[in-house]
Amino acid sequence: MAISRDDIEKVALLARIQVDDAQAAALEQDLGNILSLVDQLQAADTTGVEPMAHPLDAVQRLRPDEVTEGNQRERFQAIAPATEDGLYLVPKVIE
Amino acid sequence: MQWDIVIGLEIHVQLATKSKIFSGSSTAFGAEPNTQASAVDLAMPGTLPVPNEQAFRDAVMFGLAVNAEIGRRSVFERKNYFYPDLPKGYQTTQLAEPIVGPGHVDIELADGSSKRIRIHHAHLEEDAGKSLHEDFHGMSGIDLNRAGTPLIEVVTEPDMRSAEEAVAFAKKLHSLVTSLGICDGDMSQGSMRFDVNISLRPKGQDAYGTRTETKNLNSFRFMEQAIHHEVERQMDILESGGTIIQETRLYNGDRNESRSMRSKEEANDYRYFPCPDLLPVVLDEDYIESVRQRMPELPDARRARFKAQYGLNDYDASLLSADTSLANLFESTASHGKDAKLAANWILGEFSARLNSEEKKVAEAPVSGEHLGALVLRIADNTLSSSGAKKVFEALWSGEGHSVDAIIDAQGLKQVSDTGALEQIVDDVLAGMADQIAQYREADEKKRKKLMGGFMGPLMKASKGQGNPKLFTEILQRKLEG
Amino acid sequence: MHDKTVSELARDLAEGKVSSVELTRHFLNRIQQEDSRYNSFITLCEEQALADAEAADQLRARGEATPWTGIPFAHKDIFCTDGIRTTCGSRMLENFVPPYNATVTDNFRQAGAVCLGKTNMDEFAMGSSNESSYFGAVTNPWGENRVPGGSSGGSAAAVAARLVPAATATDTGGSIRQPAALCGITGLKPTYGRVSRYGMIAFASSLDQGGTMARTAEDNALMLNVMAGFDPKDSTSIDRPVPDYTASLNQPLQGLRIGLPKEYFSDQLDPAMAAQIQAAVKEYEKLGATVKDISLPNANLAIAAYYVIAPAEASANLSRFDGVRYGYRCDNPKDLMDLYTRTRAEGFGAEVKRRILVGSYALSAGYYDAYYRKAQQVRRLIQQDFINAFKEVDLIMSPTSPSPAFVRGEKTTDPVTMYLEDIFTIAVNLAGLPAMSVPAGFVNGLPVGLQIIGDYFAEARLLNAAHQFQQVTDWHLRSPV
Repeated sequence: MAISRDDIEKVALLARIQVDDAQAAALEQDLGNILSLVDQLQAADTTGVEPMAHPLDAVQRLRPDEVTEGNQRERFQAIAPATEDGLYLVPKVIE
Repeated sequence: MQWDIVIGLEIHVQLATKSKIFSGSSTAFGAEPNTQASAVDLAMPGTLPVPNEQAFRDAVMFGLAVNAEIGRRSVFERKNYFYPDLPKGYQTTQLAEPIVGPGHVDIELADGSSKRIRIHHAHLEEDAGKSLHEDFHGMSGIDLNRAGTPLIEVVTEPDMRSAEEAVAFAKKLHSLVTSLGICDGDMSQGSMRFDVNISLRPKGQDAYGTRTETKNLNSFRFMEQAIHHEVERQMDILESGGTIIQETRLYNGDRNESRSMRSKEEANDYRYFPCPDLLPVVLDEDYIESVRQRMPELPDARRARFKAQYGLNDYDASLLSADTSLANLFESTASHGKDAKLAANWILGEFSARLNSEEKKVAEAPVSGEHLGALVLRIADNTLSSSGAKKVFEALWSGEGHSVDAIIDAQGLKQVSDTGALEQIVDDVLAGMADQIAQYREADEKKRKKLMGGFMGPLMKASKGQGNPKLFTEILQRKLEG
Repeated sequence: MHDKTVSELARDLAEGKVSSVELTRHFLNRIQQEDSRYNSFITLCEEQALADAEAADQLRARGEATPWTGIPFAHKDIFCTDGIRTTCGSRMLENFVPPYNATVTDNFRQAGAVCLGKTNMDEFAMGSSNESSYFGAVTNPWGENRVPGGSSGGSAAAVAARLVPAATATDTGGSIRQPAALCGITGLKPTYGRVSRYGMIAFASSLDQGGTMARTAEDNALMLNVMAGFDPKDSTSIDRPVPDYTASLNQPLQGLRIGLPKEYFSDQLDPAMAAQIQAAVKEYEKLGATVKDISLPNANLAIAAYYVIAPAEASANLSRFDGVRYGYRCDNPKDLMDLYTRTRAEGFGAEVKRRILVGSYALSAGYYDAYYRKAQQVRRLIQQDFINAFKEVDLIMSPTSPSPAFVRGEKTTDPVTMYLEDIFTIAVNLAGLPAMSVPAGFVNGLPVGLQIIGDYFAEARLLNAAHQFQQVTDWHLRSPV
């Protein structure tokens, strides 16, 4: 499957990565190469094959419902880019 | 043109677990911002989720309560989108293999009929945090205390045909999840949030019209208003030849208006895939059976039992059974107070009125079933008159006293029911009322009834309000006619 | 002193020939003097290391020492270390000081080991040459202009250059084995789920596995003794008893059945590489092993499946780097979209961005079945090949990499060329199997690695086979310094 410039821009928006024109052109080339590598998959006959979730087909353990975490806001927010009154600050969220 | 209204609901039910769905943080409401957000909740690099068993227990219980197939194997997936209240940049949810499969709920309508609403599925997922929009120098503040709170999202089939049906379903679901004890049901705190999918189609047409989704309605009243509002909006568009755009809308209950949330619409491609940090959850028969064994009685069953066991009428039984804490209070009152009908009257009457006027929940009421039972007992055995009972209730509520009998003694509310003593009072009072007696005896049946009051006043006064009015009336009638 | 292995240093410490503080000073000095040539460390933690060494010496004085007490080592900069910067080789985390430890970090602390610093790596472990690190490329001690392999290139170079006797590493598609091969050291990637991933910054969750790097198999065994085990904080970790991996090192290899996959010994394999591997296999025959040809018919699909699954998982795993709660944030974002797109454009390097975009594309509407689901199905076919093979043989052997260390810049023009570097290692990650790379000779003066693949949880057997080989060969003792 070939990838177009338009695809690159769409997927860059989905992934929230700013891409300038020069980068988009390079990405079109690189992603095109990667996707043709990946397209070998289409040759494989996978009829009836269950997709693999965990190599050992292990199942999920469940944790007892207990509060084990205390307040560590000071420590966690010491490494935050911008906080005020205990809140993380971001440019205005418009719904 | 005549239009059919087609409504489907998506309901987010916050589970009342102690800790979050994937971390050991507390889920308690109202904490200082970000004090209940652990490294896992903050999506710190390298941290990993471990699911909470209680969330599965709750979801299974819900599934059993709505007659649904339980997913013996359920799988968490990642729903990818960027939003500041979503720390990982994806929501961990279920899609292809949810914990609860197809089921149904029966609702009762005002005309006494009942209707089956099918449930498409219900899945477990994590809640997001909150964006606070008060102004921080043009910025928004993010509180992640709620991030990771367990939710079940219940998705119905588009089976409802009116706002009434949708609200009846919503109330039924509320009653169900609170009865199960899996949700506190506090809608003002967002414990249950409703998204309503609405479309119209010409009457008689099979195919559905284009639908809109109105999000995050957090009261039954707003839900009803929002449906009416959206139906009218769509009808206006369709009847003027327009087309409905499939979109998400936000309803403002205070202004009764809605607007499109286009910002959420753009480039909607959630790139779901199974979460590789979590494994399939496999629940066996024994597990599901153990949940079934420990399920509390459901509202419909309780309602039937209230009618059979206590002889309540359907209306009272349905009111009492819809709210678990009210139903529990009733059963406690009835067991202490012997007279179940009187207990029901008091709970649905005086008690409920008082709760409403003070905007309290049953759990916050200062009187217990034991109190109310003792009160009912003293009404039933004639110790209290109805006015005396109200005084006792008042004292209990305001905390002036804690024992019904002690309040009766302290306030001298005990009715005198000793017929000898009452007879003596009647004789003493009548001795000074010869004119009135004569007047009574000459009067016809109708007038006599009116005149009785003229005797009762002095009798109650002479007994310092403690004479049993019923007995006074009997004695009085006998003496006057004798 | 720096030529000694972990087990030798442990003996010296036990016999009082040296103190942990002396050892720690020695290695820290060596790093300070030598590492400008290799750039194998991103962060040194001298203060913490000396404090830990002092504590270790006191513990020993009280008679409470264990085999790791006071032994210096290094962590790949992907394992979170409480209070010590953890960058994952990225500008995004240039100033990130985690307020928590990875489980692996805790394990080594509890064992009393002394962490000297954090080693360089490809950004977010995406790379096979260590050229994608924000903190600069790492130089292979065997050749000035040669890459050390990746992504655990810093750990491999540091161990090879005798800057530390051992270092932790991680392997998603070959990131332990390939740099171990290229730097002439011994590395082990355990069975998926054997070592906790908690606090190990995720690249591709279903493939990532922490593991070991040292010069000898014995030291790898000592490391795995510390690292392996069930962790309730990692849902994918396996609850299964951990053996003492040193206990079976000396078992004879008589009767060991070795399989050579014909797909890995094709005409395209460099004859000089093939000769080294064949010679190594001959050594095993001398040790009593039998050798047969086997087939892994779906092996040719491994790279294609990997380059769907790994980028897809990475695209979601790296969404958390959004400039809101920690890490890099762009200057003066004008709105929310600008905050996201510029933070991520500036904070991530080119290879990371490529993989995020490939992964997002593979998962996007309409492509999920053709790419992700298909890749997960192919993954099961690849696993089934191994399951079938292990019915006939105990271990599978192959070259670790198609060529020895290549020249810096040689494979950076087309990402696909770099991806083919992992052609022999990737299938193992897809299947979740344990595998090692063991020094097995030289081509043009550059080390060659022998890959040994075992069945699930066969780490003890792998280590045993590697150790026995190292009793009769000295490739692992050759030093570039």
